[in-house]
Amino acid sequence: MRRLMIAAAALALGLIGAAEARAAESAGPLPSVDFPHIGVFGQYDKAALKRGLQVYREVCSSCHGLHYVAFRTLSALGMSEAEIKEVAASFKVTDGPDAEGEMFERDGRPSDRIPSPFKNDNAARAANNGAMPPDLSLVTKGRNGHEGYIYAILTGYQDPPEGFTLGDGMSYNAYFPGHQIAMPQPLSDGQVTYADGTEATVATMSHDVTTFLAWAAEPELEERKATGLKVLIFIGVLTAILYAINVRVWSRVT
Amino acid sequence: MSTPVPRNKVAQWIEYRLPIFSWANHNLIDFPEPKNLNYWWNFGSLAGIILVIQIITGIVLAMHYTPHVDHAFDSVERIMRDVEWGWLIRYIHMNGASMFFAVVYIHIFRGMYYGSYKSPREILWWLGIILLFLIMGTAFMGYVLPWGQMSFWAATVITNLVSAIPWIGETLRDWLWGGFSVDNPTLNRFFSLHYLLPFVIVGVVILHIWALHHRRSNNPLGIDVKSAKDTIPFHPYYTVRDLFGLGAMLFVLFVFVFFVPNMLGETINYVKADPLQTPPHIVPEWYFLPYYAILRAIPDKLGGVVAMVASIAILFILPWLDTSKVRSARFRPIYKQLFWVFVADCFVLGWVGANPPEGSFVWIGQICTIYYFAHFLIILPILGKLERPRPLPDSIHEAVLKKRGGAPAVQPAATMEKH
Amino acid sequence: MAETSQHGEHGAPATGETRRDFLILAAGAMGAIATIAVVWPLIETMNPAADTLALSSTEIDISGIEVGQAIVVVWRGKPVFVRHRAPEEIEEARKVSLDDLGDKQSDEERAKKAEWLILVGVCTHLGCIPLGTKQGDPRGDFGGWFCPCHGSHYDTSGRIRKGPAPRNLEVPPYEFLSDTLVKIG
Repeated sequence: MRRLMIAAAALALGLIGAAEARAAESAGPLPSVDFPHIGVFGQYDKAALKRGLQVYREVCSSCHGLHYVAFRTLSALGMSEAEIKEVAASFKVTDGPDAEGEMFERDGRPSDRIPSPFKNDNAARAANNGAMPPDLSLVTKGRNGHEGYIYAILTGYQDPPEGFTLGDGMSYNAYFPGHQIAMPQPLSDGQVTYADGTEATVATMSHDVTTFLAWAAEPELEERKATGLKVLIFIGVLTAILYAINVRVWSRVT
Repeated sequence: MSTPVPRNKVAQWIEYRLPIFSWANHNLIDFPEPKNLNYWWNFGSLAGIILVIQIITGIVLAMHYTPHVDHAFDSVERIMRDVEWGWLIRYIHMNGASMFFAVVYIHIFRGMYYGSYKSPREILWWLGIILLFLIMGTAFMGYVLPWGQMSFWAATVITNLVSAIPWIGETLRDWLWGGFSVDNPTLNRFFSLHYLLPFVIVGVVILHIWALHHRRSNNPLGIDVKSAKDTIPFHPYYTVRDLFGLGAMLFVLFVFVFFVPNMLGETINYVKADPLQTPPHIVPEWYFLPYYAILRAIPDKLGGVVAMVASIAILFILPWLDTSKVRSARFRPIYKQLFWVFVADCFVLGWVGANPPEGSFVWIGQICTIYYFAHFLIILPILGKLERPRPLPDSIHEAVLKKRGGAPAVQPAATMEKH
Repeated sequence: MAETSQHGEHGAPATGETRRDFLILAAGAMGAIATIAVVWPLIETMNPAADTLALSSTEIDISGIEVGQAIVVVWRGKPVFVRHRAPEEIEEARKVSLDDLGDKQSDEERAKKAEWLILVGVCTHLGCIPLGTKQGDPRGDFGGWFCPCHGSHYDTSGRIRKGPAPRNLEVPPYEFLSDTLVKIG
């Protein structure tokens, strides 16, 4: 039994080691930044989510969509149905074909998903110097470094070091692989005016919008962790009881 | 021991026509098992239970999944976001695959440590290897279904392996693809086979258990059961122990499912497949890493593929490569050490497989690959002749009594009875 | 474990037995709860998903429908009939005595605006789609709809008058957003 547990621990360590080895390929060490939703019991910072949505609406959404996030799910941010309708209506959604066979644009509805401002990938490329602004629905889940990486990119714009030649229309970013990023610096101090009076520095806005994007990628996180705790306690107790029965039953064997 | 004939009238009526009660009684209740099995013997039943978990969650997922290149990724995201409990079912299925391999690998290593592959259990062992191949194929095809970047590129890389076969390779590859690249026909057939193979696995598992119950379980001493004193009935001893094992395994599985569901997965697989852009670093899931390291250790395309397949296929002849008459490593002092060296070698191969094939990873991978095959082809045949095994006990019963008496700290309850 | 052995030592096996009985009972009860907890989410996955539930309303422009004509629109994956009724159809629907009906509902209950009849076009018998919407379709003995599967006849208010269907054609929830725009659902 003891040896089994040691082996299990060794296996777990090995697995974690393998995962770590693969995660360690992003460009350079990322700045360390804390998010309250990371960690075993961590939950989203609701105020940050709302501020993050504001940053997304006022800044990011001019180039990036959130294809897998429906407006209706914003209720998780504590928004009322009326507020959600208002947010949805501020986006244009392509619908159709209508009676004449033409596609048309209409205001978004809560059941719609947050659209990209571009008709398709090629239109997005054409409008952005050949680089396609990716959909952000899964951006924290689908990049090595996760939230830390997104935060690092948003705060990592710098003047290129001496002798570094930037391509046409490119910006220098300390954390982007290859350091040449097609996205111009999106955030600057005071760019948005937060409704709750928080000072809108690049760091705060980056942190807030990263929190929002983490929610967009893993809307089930809070329910998952809460359910998980109950399930683990239950199974832990049940397993302990089964172990006690096991010991008793086996004590008869000679 | 209960009588095999049921007392209930309805049960009797059924029993007369289909002896299912006496069958269940024989195989699940009264079945005589060696009384000295340790916890390493839990992993067979655990693998069976995980198979059931994977089939049930898989059936539910298939109800919501769309096997089409334009919709597969979206339908998986829909499962994660819109389907009630969809995220839970998917994360169980995803991490269940990892759990399946962890359990199966421990099960195989246990068989190697205690010599469970030796006569008369060779066919039982073969069926196990066939199961491993089937599980690997099923896992690989399942990994393609979400149609993320790593799904697509893993499918491309692995199906390209068959193109290494001389003359017919490329034709065979296009036949596998159903086109000229991994595309919709490939996804469709992978979905079909991913749904089919688990039921084939169930069939082979039945044969595996049949063979097991025919020649009976091996045990940590590796000696044959000699009398009824050596055995105890399956129920309640091993039913209770298997239930405890199940609880412990589910605990581990749910830690992953609820708290680090994506730790074992590849981040880039949350980016939708793009046939025009290969991710910078292609790696398989952890359970394929050692084979991947062997594949890359050989600098020749065909040679790599042959070595990779051989690394598992060699297990088929293991019963004859190991020339020792003694089964259990407990009585083989040198083999016992070399077994752990072999396990370590497999771990190192996995570690090499996880890293890019550059620098020292190249030669480490090559040395470990050579050692992997040397273990089977050189060490085991020679060791069996040279090694002097320690004396075997006369019977399981005797050995158990001696152990209980000699080590009171291990089983105080049992010691107490002898006072 | 140490505790159990003490019981054994003091020659009170009954205590141990009771304790094991309790343990088995507890394990059995928890096992039962666990089984339910496992089965329940599996069943729930088959409910309409959140995105399906969200797509529960459709808006239709009815300005183009001539008197006496009907159109079919899709709402929640089912056909919805929108009929612009002629005065004689309305009159016919309204003069029927409730006593003649199997499923007693007045036409006033079924049509918010007399000239517009909006129905879920699914026969209440076994779910076929009744004929009578397109021009030239058979409209049954009562001038409304006729279900070809098992011969149910509906009147100009979509009420069942003859045949095996148990209930009138269902009226979906709807509201007039303007004179020419209806929101269904």
